[in-house]
Amino acid sequence: MSFPLLTATAALPALGAVATAAVPAARRTAAKWLALVVSLATLALAVTVLLRFDPDGDRYQLTESHAWIKDFGVRYELGVDGIAVALIALTAVLIPFIILAGWHDADPLETGSRRWRPTQGFFALILAVEAMVIISFEATDVFLFYIFFEAMLIPMYFLIGGFGDRAHEHGEETAATQRSYAAVKFLLYNLAGGLIMLAAVIGLYVVAGNFSLTQIAEARADGSLQMATSTERWLFLGFFFAFAVKAPLWPLHTWLPNAMQESTAPVAVLITAVVDKVGTFAMLRFCLQLFPEASTWATPVILVLALISIVYGALLAVGQRDIKRLVAYASISHFGFIIMGIFAMTSQGQSGATLYMVNHGISTAALMLVAGFLISRRGSRLIADYGGVQKVAPVLAGTFLIGGLATLSLPGLAPFVSEFLVLVGTFARYPVIGIIATFGIVLAALYTLVLYQRTMTGPVKPEVSAMPDLRVRELVVVAPLIALLIVLGVYPKPVTDIVNPAVQQTMSDVHKKDPKPEVEAAK
Amino acid sequence: MSAAAVHSLWTTAADPISKIDAPKIEYGQLSPTLIVIGAALVGVLIEAFVPRRSRYYAQVFVSVVALCAAFAAVVALAADGYGTTKARIAAMGALAVDGPALFLQGTILLAGLVGLFTFAERRLDPAAHGNRVDSFAAQAASVPGSDSEKAAVKAGFTTTEVFPLLLFAVGGMLMFPSANDLLTLFVALEVFSLPLYLLCALARRKRLMSQEAAVKYFLLGAFASAFTLFGIALLYGYAGSLSYGRIAQVVDGTATDVDPALANTMGNDALLLVGGAMLLMGLLFKVGAVPFHMWTPDVYQGAPTPVTGFMAAATKVAAFGALLRLLYVVLPGLRWDWRPVMWAVAIITMLGGAIVAITQTDIKRLLAYSSIAHAGFILAGVIATSKDGVSSVLFYLAGYSFVTIGAFAVVTLVRDAGGEATHLSKWAGLGRRSPLVAAVFAVFLLAFAGIPLTSGFAGKFAVFKAAADGGAVPLVVVGVISSAIAAFFYIRVIVLMFFSEPRPEGPTVAVPSPLTMLAIGVGVAVTLVLGVAPQYFLDLANQAGVFVR
Repeated sequence: MSFPLLTATAALPALGAVATAAVPAARRTAAKWLALVVSLATLALAVTVLLRFDPDGDRYQLTESHAWIKDFGVRYELGVDGIAVALIALTAVLIPFIILAGWHDADPLETGSRRWRPTQGFFALILAVEAMVIISFEATDVFLFYIFFEAMLIPMYFLIGGFGDRAHEHGEETAATQRSYAAVKFLLYNLAGGLIMLAAVIGLYVVAGNFSLTQIAEARADGSLQMATSTERWLFLGFFFAFAVKAPLWPLHTWLPNAMQESTAPVAVLITAVVDKVGTFAMLRFCLQLFPEASTWATPVILVLALISIVYGALLAVGQRDIKRLVAYASISHFGFIIMGIFAMTSQGQSGATLYMVNHGISTAALMLVAGFLISRRGSRLIADYGGVQKVAPVLAGTFLIGGLATLSLPGLAPFVSEFLVLVGTFARYPVIGIIATFGIVLAALYTLVLYQRTMTGPVKPEVSAMPDLRVRELVVVAPLIALLIVLGVYPKPVTDIVNPAVQQTMSDVHKKDPKPEVEAAK
Repeated sequence: MSAAAVHSLWTTAADPISKIDAPKIEYGQLSPTLIVIGAALVGVLIEAFVPRRSRYYAQVFVSVVALCAAFAAVVALAADGYGTTKARIAAMGALAVDGPALFLQGTILLAGLVGLFTFAERRLDPAAHGNRVDSFAAQAASVPGSDSEKAAVKAGFTTTEVFPLLLFAVGGMLMFPSANDLLTLFVALEVFSLPLYLLCALARRKRLMSQEAAVKYFLLGAFASAFTLFGIALLYGYAGSLSYGRIAQVVDGTATDVDPALANTMGNDALLLVGGAMLLMGLLFKVGAVPFHMWTPDVYQGAPTPVTGFMAAATKVAAFGALLRLLYVVLPGLRWDWRPVMWAVAIITMLGGAIVAITQTDIKRLLAYSSIAHAGFILAGVIATSKDGVSSVLFYLAGYSFVTIGAFAVVTLVRDAGGEATHLSKWAGLGRRSPLVAAVFAVFLLAFAGIPLTSGFAGKFAVFKAAADGGAVPLVVVGVISSAIAAFFYIRVIVLMFFSEPRPEGPTVAVPSPLTMLAIGVGVAVTLVLGVAPQYFLDLANQAGVFVR
């Protein structure tokens, strides 16, 4: 038996989380370094996965399969396709930056009980989330996926509810109340989605008799597993609902702005750049593969919802007064693009969507983390409290601008490629929806540039005048992210090479071929 | 006329004594129950003859040994094949020795053992007049607040009777799910109910509340018993027998011989339906299903917390066992009549428990309503009427009972000057003050909520799967919705513990003796093991999933 690389990639951060949590209260810094080292080692493992993965090989590679709960037909089955590999790499890349950016976010304010160890808890929870996200990307057993999809909520919930921004415009008391409100809202939305999915998971078992994604998909393809149309649609809806909450898709999105606003910037990045990707990823992997007919059936409605997400998210972003809320609504708009790309059912759309997941992760991380540095300096999240920062802290302002430009998909930066692919892919099949979605880009330019203008340009506000520029630790966080944005913007081929074969497979699952280009014959 | 001849005019000679068959009792197969009841009797003798100073130790020793021995007997019987191939009816048809009975007896014994540890805890309350005290009243007979109570406390009295009472209750519970005729069922019901009524009244603190709870429990329990008894009488009239197998035959119409004395009523469906409904009512009362749940919150709140934990876990196991046997052995032929009713009961139980729990402000009441919601989930598995249904219920009960005892054991630790601080507002910020206790309680709450990787999830999945397989898809959907509602209030407690600021005058967490630590530790271990690697136990429940008739 070969080395279980996929298990190791998920197990390492899990063990790291336990070890970090066990560090004594006084050795706070040691816990931080331990978490960082573990996350870097995980990155190394993820890179190994990436190198061992052969884009032209089998659909699922590095597979592992063991019996687990025989009674429920559950197996411990792991395997990665190109889409999963890309997202695992994204997760593993982002976590060290998240840890580094949140270096001081969880230092205890005053000494509480001797056993109260918020710092250890913070980094342990981040690693726990990483472990669960990675195993969700790897699982090819529906039940196994479901378990971690749900269990992920618990550490996320503690991260949102337990750790907030140091400074809060309404004082610590209100901050705590709002934080726990946001955490509970996050949990209830996702738990409700998850439980409805549980009903569908049970239903799938009743219909199929096992949970193996590969077996069910095969049985569906060769016709040995027939599902009644209504059954398939109900099951699809059960799964899709959970993923749409997680993604989030309008009108199930309202937990995201609260959660991102109240949590610290690194946790906000963790939510939107890493955890939410499990939702969109699962649409590609589970909804389309298990329920191809129902997916086709639901496409028009989902595309319209995605379109509403794009425009509505962008419009609300324009109107925000709070920097983090603005980024949250921008993310909702971007998730609309991703879901639109997935359900456009063209290979360009789906490659674009996968690429979009990666790029959105990096660009949001860059923007949000710099925003976090900014907020921690001034102690306010309100846009109106800033002005003229670029004169005081030019490097901070510059990196913020690049993050913002990436968010609005400026050509030359990575998100442009994916957004372009998604739009082209959608246009090929649904021209009207593609055209309307384009307005999302215009609005993106509006909210990003207005945000930059209000905070960074103009006369220097007195409260801002003494603001220090980016420190070395912060530069170490931001610079590689920006470098990645530029590299992938100019040369996205490494990612698309890995992703494309998997996308072709998914396309054939739903029995779709790309529409032939039509050329108006000259008469 | 000789004296003998005169005598024979008005008497006839009876058959010689030797002709009456002595009842044949399979002592070996009944050993778990016999051991426990025997030890309870020994406990009574200890109360009478052992000096007060050493009673506590003698009682704890006897109880622990008895429960362990009984569990060993269950394991030995199961290993001998009595759960599967050698399943049989013992004691002249009174008790069944089969898979479900042995599985449930094992669960009850372990739950009883863990419950016993919390009963025996004497470190939580500050010592009174130099004597270590447990959760029970110094002298049950002394009026609360009276001089005699003060004198009893001062003298260092403790109610060590709780240990034999616990053993009697466990003994009754062991018989309840294995009862194979209706009279044994009733006797077992009373044998475990009466000690529980008493135990509920014995709290050391808040004695009036405790006594009120006991009276409520007793009155309503007596009502339920009366219903049960009436139902039994009607069923006897219907079938001419109290034995499960015979009644089932009459229901199926396979019984040919008719008892001449009952020829007028036998096979009368009205008797069957009314009698069956009344019997079900009695059992649903013990289970705590809506609309027979009214006693649950008051009794759970008023009873001494160790008793609440034990009662919530073990009573549920025993009562569901009896319910399963009744529905699967006696009334399967009546499936189409009772299923709609049980559907309705399950749905209102799940929803009712979950919704009302949201408004609770006392942790013990909250757990009480949560136990009602869980009764609804288990009922969903009961309704499946399949082998999977039985084994999923068995598995659920095993997981649930340890979570429950563990959770109530944690409740005993959080204390302020007035004893246990059960009001939810006092739990604010507990996570800051004692992260470990709060984390353990969070694990239990997550298991209640059915989060993956806990026993709660595996159990819920098993019963819902069985229900969906049995065609009860709407029931599963309602179950999932009420799980979501229930998750809300479990999460609320977690929020309170971890995200709220601790109150300056908040409660402290007492450092318990190894006994309570053991109880909580077992709870956590079982919760996680059944959550992560449930296969072995599912196999066990599967093997145990067949009733003998």
